[in-house]
Amino acid sequence: MSGFSTLFLKEVLRFWKVAVQTVGAPVLTSLLYLLIFSHALKNRINVYPDIEIDYLTFLVPGLAMMSLLQNSFANTSSSLAQSKMMGNIVFILLTPISHHALFAAYISAACLRGLLVASGVIIASMFFVSVPISNIFYILFFGTCGSVILGSLGLIAGIWADKFDQVAAFQNFVILPMTFLSGVFYSVDSLPPLWQMISHANPFFYLIDGFRAGFFGRSDVPIEISICVVSLVSLFLSLGCLSLIRSGYKLRG
Amino acid sequence: MDDTVRPALEIDAVSKSFGAVKAVRNVSFSVPQGEFFGLLGPNGAGKTTLINSVAGLCRVDHGSIKVMGYDVSGDYQSARRALGVVPQELVFDPFFSVRETLTFQSGYFGIKKNDAWIDEILFGLNLTDKANANMRSLSGGMKRRVLVAQALVHRPPVIILDEPTAGVDVDLRKNLWSFIQKLNDEGHTIVLTTHYLEEAESLCSRIGMLKNGELVMIESTDRLLQRDKECVIRFRVKQPAKANSSPLETLLPDTVFLESGEYLAKVPSPSEIEGVLRLVRELEYEIDTLETENEDLEDVFLSIMRASPERSE
Repeated sequence: MSGFSTLFLKEVLRFWKVAVQTVGAPVLTSLLYLLIFSHALKNRINVYPDIEIDYLTFLVPGLAMMSLLQNSFANTSSSLAQSKMMGNIVFILLTPISHHALFAAYISAACLRGLLVASGVIIASMFFVSVPISNIFYILFFGTCGSVILGSLGLIAGIWADKFDQVAAFQNFVILPMTFLSGVFYSVDSLPPLWQMISHANPFFYLIDGFRAGFFGRSDVPIEISICVVSLVSLFLSLGCLSLIRSGYKLRG
Repeated sequence: MDDTVRPALEIDAVSKSFGAVKAVRNVSFSVPQGEFFGLLGPNGAGKTTLINSVAGLCRVDHGSIKVMGYDVSGDYQSARRALGVVPQELVFDPFFSVRETLTFQSGYFGIKKNDAWIDEILFGLNLTDKANANMRSLSGGMKRRVLVAQALVHRPPVIILDEPTAGVDVDLRKNLWSFIQKLNDEGHTIVLTTHYLEEAESLCSRIGMLKNGELVMIESTDRLLQRDKECVIRFRVKQPAKANSSPLETLLPDTVFLESGEYLAKVPSPSEIEGVLRLVRELEYEIDTLETENEDLEDVFLSIMRASPERSE
C-alpha cells in the first residue's frame, strides 16, 4: 500500500465505522427536509413555469447536493481538526507521505462520503418520487467538484482552527448560509434581480444548478458557465489548500 | 559517503525560536551509527524542540539536520523513512485497534503485508493479547508501548525516544528497555531523552546535555562519570588496643564521624582510597566494615547544570 492509499483507507474507515452518524443521519435529515418542505410548499411554488416538474422532484437534487457539500466539508474538517487537537496528526506528519498525497487522500475520502450521502438521498427519495436522470456526466462532474471544493474548505478550516468551536463557526457562518442561499429550495430565476445577482456570486449556486441540470436537463445559467466556474473554484481552492499543507502552517511548528 | 560510515544523525548549527523564546541555540553534534545516545536536560532545555526538528515536526530557523545522510528538509522522504520517533505526548487515534493502528502506520511508509514484523513487535512489547483491542481501552502504559511499536513498524535504522518511560511502571519499563537494547544490539541507533538518569547511565554510551537550548556537554558516559570524580568511603573501625590521644576524624583529612558509629571520608579519586586505608592502619585501627560510594550520573548532571550559566530571554 502506498501512503496515499493507506491514508485514504484510514479516512474512509474513520467515517464508515460510525456510518449511522456520518451517512445514515444526513440521509434521514434530507428526507425530512424533503417531506416537510414538499408538503408545505408543493402547491405554492411553480419552480419551472416552462416544464412539468413538481416541487418534490425539484427538491431532490438540491437536497442531495446540499448533503454532499456539508458532509464533504465535515469529513475533512472534523478529521483534521480532531487529529490536530488530539495530537495524533504526528503519525501522519512523521511519515514520508507527500503533501500532494496527503491532500489527495483526505479529498478522495471526502468525495466518497459526499457521493455516498448524495446517492443515499437520491435512492431514498425514489421511494416517494420518480427522479429523472438527464445527463450522468453532469451529475458526477458537479458532485465530484462539490466534494473537492468543500473538502478543500474543510481542510483549510481544520488547519486554521485551534478549537472545535472555530470549525463549527466556519460551518455555521460560512458553509451553511452559502449552501442555503444557493438555490437548494428554489430556482434563482424566481428571485428578485438583486438576489439573483447575489446568488450568481455564490459558487455553490453553480454547483447546485449544474447538478440539477444533470437530472432535469434544465439550468438557470448555461451549463458551460457552471462548468467553468466550478472548475476554476475547484482548482483555486485545491492549489490554495496544497500550498497551505506544503507550508506547514499550524501543522509543523 | 559509505552507508556504514555516515553518521546516523548530524545536527549542524541548529537554532530555533518561538517568538522571543530561543528554544535551541546553535546546537551541533552527531551520533554515529549503532550508538545509544542520551540527550538530557531539565524541563524547557530544548530537547523536544530539537527532536521535533529532527522529525520534521518543526522547521529550524538556522542550520541543517541529516538523518542517515538525508537532509530532513531537502530530502524529507528518505530522512523520515530512516527515522522512527516515539513522541513524548501520549497520543492515539481512538477509532482504531492496536493492529489497525500499526497496519496503517506501515502503510504510510509504503509497506505492504507487515504482519510478521507487527506480530514480533507486539510480542516484544507484551502487547500480543491487546492486538485487537481498541486504543481507547488501553492503559497509559500500554498506549505508551503502542507508540513505541508505531515508531518501529518500518524498521528504521534510527530511533528517537522522547521520554518513553514517563508514567510507565517498573516491569513495563524493564521490558521496554530490554526490547530497545535488543534493537540497539542489532545495529539500530537509539537517541533517548529521559528524566530517569539511572536509565541513561545504564543504557547510553554517550550523553549530550542541553540547558536553555544550548549544548553544554557531550561526552561518553564512562568519561562523564569519571569527570571530577569524588569518591566517598564509609567505614567502621574496631577500637584499637592502645587508644590514640586524638579522635580518628581529626587525624584523617576530610573525614567526619557519623552518629551511626561510622566514618565518612572524601577522596578526590578512587586511586586515593588506598592512601586513606593505609593511614588508618598506621594509626593502629582495624577496619571492620568498608563501603565506597561513587558519584552517579545524577550528581554529574546536577553539577554540570549548576555550573552552566543561566540565560534570560
